[in-house]
Amino acid sequence: MAFYIVQFLTGLASAASLFLVASGLSIIFGVTRIVNFAHGAFYMLGAYVAFTLTEHWSGALGFWGGIVAAALVVAAVGVIVEILLLRRIYHAPELFQLLATFGLTLMVEDLVVLIWGPDDLLGRRAPGFKGAVDFFGQNIPSYDLFLIVLGPVVLGALWLLFQRTRWGILVRAATQDRDMVAALGVNQKWLFTSVFAVGVFLAALGGALQIPRDAVHHAMDLRIIVEVFVVVVIGGLGSILGAFVAAVLVSELNAFGILIFPTISLILVFLVMAVVLVVRPWGLFGKKEAPVRRTPGLTVIPWRALTSLERLAALVALALAAMLPFVGGNYALTVGAEIAIFVIFAASLHFLMAVGGLASFGHAAYFGLGAYGVAFLAKLAGLPMIACLLLGPLLGTLGALVFGAFAVQLSGVYFAMLTLAFAQIVWSIAFQWVAVTGGDNGILGVWPEKWAASPSHFYWLSLGVAALVVSALRLITFSPFGYALRAMRDSPLRSEAIGINGKLIQWTAFVVAGSTAGIGGALFAYLKGSVFPDNMGISLSVDALVMVLLGGVETVAGPIFGAIVYKALNIWLVSQTDLSKLVLGIFIVLVVVVFPKGIVGMFESITYRRRAAPPKSPVLAAKMEGAQ
Amino acid sequence: MRRRFLLAAGLAIAAAGMAKTAAAEDVIKIGEINSYSLLPAFTEPYRKGWQLAVEEINAAGGINGKKLVVVSKDDGGKPADAQTAANELVSSENVAMLAGTFLSNIGLAVSDFANQKKVFFLAAEPLTDAVTWSKGNRYTFRLRPSNYMQAAMLVEEAAKLPAKRWATIAPNYEYGQSAVAVFKKLLSEKRPDIQWVDEQWPPQGKIDAGPVVQAVAAANPEAILNVTFGADLVKLVREGNTRGLFKGRNVVSFLTGEPEYLDPLKDETPEGWIVTGYPWYSIKTPEHDAFLKAYQAKYNDYPRLGSIVGYQTIKSAAAILAKAGSTDADKLIAAAEGLSVPSPFGEITFRKIDHQSTLGAFVGKTAVKDGKGVMVDAAYRKGSDYLPSDAEVEKLRPKE
Repeated sequence: MAFYIVQFLTGLASAASLFLVASGLSIIFGVTRIVNFAHGAFYMLGAYVAFTLTEHWSGALGFWGGIVAAALVVAAVGVIVEILLLRRIYHAPELFQLLATFGLTLMVEDLVVLIWGPDDLLGRRAPGFKGAVDFFGQNIPSYDLFLIVLGPVVLGALWLLFQRTRWGILVRAATQDRDMVAALGVNQKWLFTSVFAVGVFLAALGGALQIPRDAVHHAMDLRIIVEVFVVVVIGGLGSILGAFVAAVLVSELNAFGILIFPTISLILVFLVMAVVLVVRPWGLFGKKEAPVRRTPGLTVIPWRALTSLERLAALVALALAAMLPFVGGNYALTVGAEIAIFVIFAASLHFLMAVGGLASFGHAAYFGLGAYGVAFLAKLAGLPMIACLLLGPLLGTLGALVFGAFAVQLSGVYFAMLTLAFAQIVWSIAFQWVAVTGGDNGILGVWPEKWAASPSHFYWLSLGVAALVVSALRLITFSPFGYALRAMRDSPLRSEAIGINGKLIQWTAFVVAGSTAGIGGALFAYLKGSVFPDNMGISLSVDALVMVLLGGVETVAGPIFGAIVYKALNIWLVSQTDLSKLVLGIFIVLVVVVFPKGIVGMFESITYRRRAAPPKSPVLAAKMEGAQ
Repeated sequence: MRRRFLLAAGLAIAAAGMAKTAAAEDVIKIGEINSYSLLPAFTEPYRKGWQLAVEEINAAGGINGKKLVVVSKDDGGKPADAQTAANELVSSENVAMLAGTFLSNIGLAVSDFANQKKVFFLAAEPLTDAVTWSKGNRYTFRLRPSNYMQAAMLVEEAAKLPAKRWATIAPNYEYGQSAVAVFKKLLSEKRPDIQWVDEQWPPQGKIDAGPVVQAVAAANPEAILNVTFGADLVKLVREGNTRGLFKGRNVVSFLTGEPEYLDPLKDETPEGWIVTGYPWYSIKTPEHDAFLKAYQAKYNDYPRLGSIVGYQTIKSAAAILAKAGSTDADKLIAAAEGLSVPSPFGEITFRKIDHQSTLGAFVGKTAVKDGKGVMVDAAYRKGSDYLPSDAEVEKLRPKE
């Protein structure tokens, strides 16, 4: 019995540190609607700064002072980031802020290695909490007891802050309806800045408090960021109590789960999230999101099909691209093929995200399924390459059929997180089912047949497929189906009122996007000659998001440019420098500031403004909003 | 219009590629790939090691009169990026051979690439047995002692322990799984009386150490096998120390004696663990003294195991190139098979049968000295003593 109580308390201690970070993220999202990818980076910075301060300041006061000071220092950094970077892009398309915070994360990962060196650092033990308390023969670290108390204390303090102060009332009001708060004359700028500061403070405090039990190192951010997102979503976005309950739930399930299934930790949080979201679409304590006031379709330049001149230009560009084998070497051709494959991948996500309004955080699952489909067919069934290329992507289709059915029941960030959960579950199957998938050692020897083996032939194959896929997706976008999909994106109520079967349309779009991603994955398997769980990992999903956002989510041609720029730059930087993440991060942050609508989006709005000034559209937009 | 970008990007890359291919005839290039940005704690000393080797080789007149150049690329810890890098090195840099890699899956990806493109590849660090056995190929050689060899070295010591109830803690991926599997198999062969009472599989890099330690303690084992390393190891040790998990229990641990993993533990290093590693401070052989002196003179820092691996990778590669007298892959393979080269740990041989080098490792016990973790009672174990018989190896390798 004593053992189970101790195991329960250990779970509570893990929950406390998770809760600190998660509550910060939840507050920031609730008010600013920013999906703060850099939250893990702030957590890590908190740990690094606390390490330095507690090494320099001696004694108990030095330790605890160092912890709090570190959180304050990092919160100040957060304020600077908010003022210099995020303030400029609050009005950018949804999720664009994700791109900015992703760039920041990349920068911080390299910067901490530059500043603090590559070695893992061992922080001081907390004075007064070094030992363990004996509990019927079981040892409980006293620091765990401290954390167990701290969790509810922070929860209570936050509750007081939000319920009993004027600032808290404003924050709650803004969480519910920020336009209304702005209309009532509250200075939104400083409200957002202060909220961001509080959120970052909590993240950094969570990191700083880890130093007596963890090693401080440069991958801490990745360890926590996804898990924290999951906790916030399980609890319900914007709900502090929800974050607390979810943190306890996840930690306790883990503490007891490993007694029965020692391998459960890998996917536990994602399983819990998938179950919770399927049963309760807005998390345990979340409320249904208020209908979006600004109709997205009205804020963008109306989409149109290409004119015949533009079509000609696209054909010429394609023909020019097809000449690459006559000037480039083998390496250029392989890189060219890889870029073409990523154009397919980005275009497929863009179709779901921009046309369908469904941003997926787990799109790599279908890319990876396509790749594994090819690997299974080629290695196990021994089918010829053409058959593999045609049939392999069907595994992506199948995955999209199953997961899409659940996912399209949700919307917004909940949709995104459910897709992430499915992607992680698929990933962990590929990772753990060693007998079939080879685990993380992957499946090797999936090389193309002779006719496609030479780099130039494979380049032409990839380029041709990319051109076909992009054209097909464009055709669908401007077909009646595409219009219905956009109608669902812009106003689900109205489109259902005129008889569109919205969920079926969205499900179909999900399957289309998953299948095309699978085509990209199938080609990728042959390009690399091998398949790894990496091909469906979170980082690949994030890459796809970044490509789409970089190109411009409100444009039709955005993903093509986004994929080319991002992938070419990435490959070149990785080849040139070990600090590729730092340079890429700086580049992304600059792009975000200079092109707040994405690269293509910016060019389009310039040419659009030149072509015809649309003085009436804001008025029209206002009227339509009123009608909503 | 949109695809013009692709062409421009492609042309730029092509131009950059062509500018570099103008290689002079009097240099020999080795293409080197490793996870520099993902695993700097291991790869920084590794890089210093191979840079020292390049310097020494060129100071001694290069390879058959030609200057040795190592072109190094980062793989970001991703197999797909490692292949892009390998492709660039082979297609654009025209390297004579590939070398390096740390993670097992990346080692396998590059080895498969080498097999497909018929390029010689000397894997430096990846530990998985698959590199030389189940997925071995004629183009791939490996320097470091494999999972199997390290497990066999540890089992030899573990079998002497009186403990009968064993638990295992290992990261949940191929390295952890195969380390546990081999260790269990070899130990159970030697000691049929042993019981395996619990196993914990925390996710790599994400151990929730408190519950794991409690769960292992609840099974009340007499001895524990640990395969975690890096930040996971730090968390495990801290929780284990506080909760008294290691008190009165034997612990056998893979790699923990390597300075990369032992040094971060500082004064919290648990004492008496049986580990494999690299006690650079207590090795007293002329070969190692020479290496240590040169390394400390150049970097004013002590070597890690990575430094040895980096140094010996390039030294071995240079010996292979010198003996082959050519950059042709078949001649390199012929030269490498059965080749013996000196190393800081004494002479090693690249076996003809499976292309595994006989580089060994030190086995000893952990201790704390002046607030730092050290290995004591360490003895070098030759790799050649811990490999299965030729008949078994023949069965493990795929037929060409």
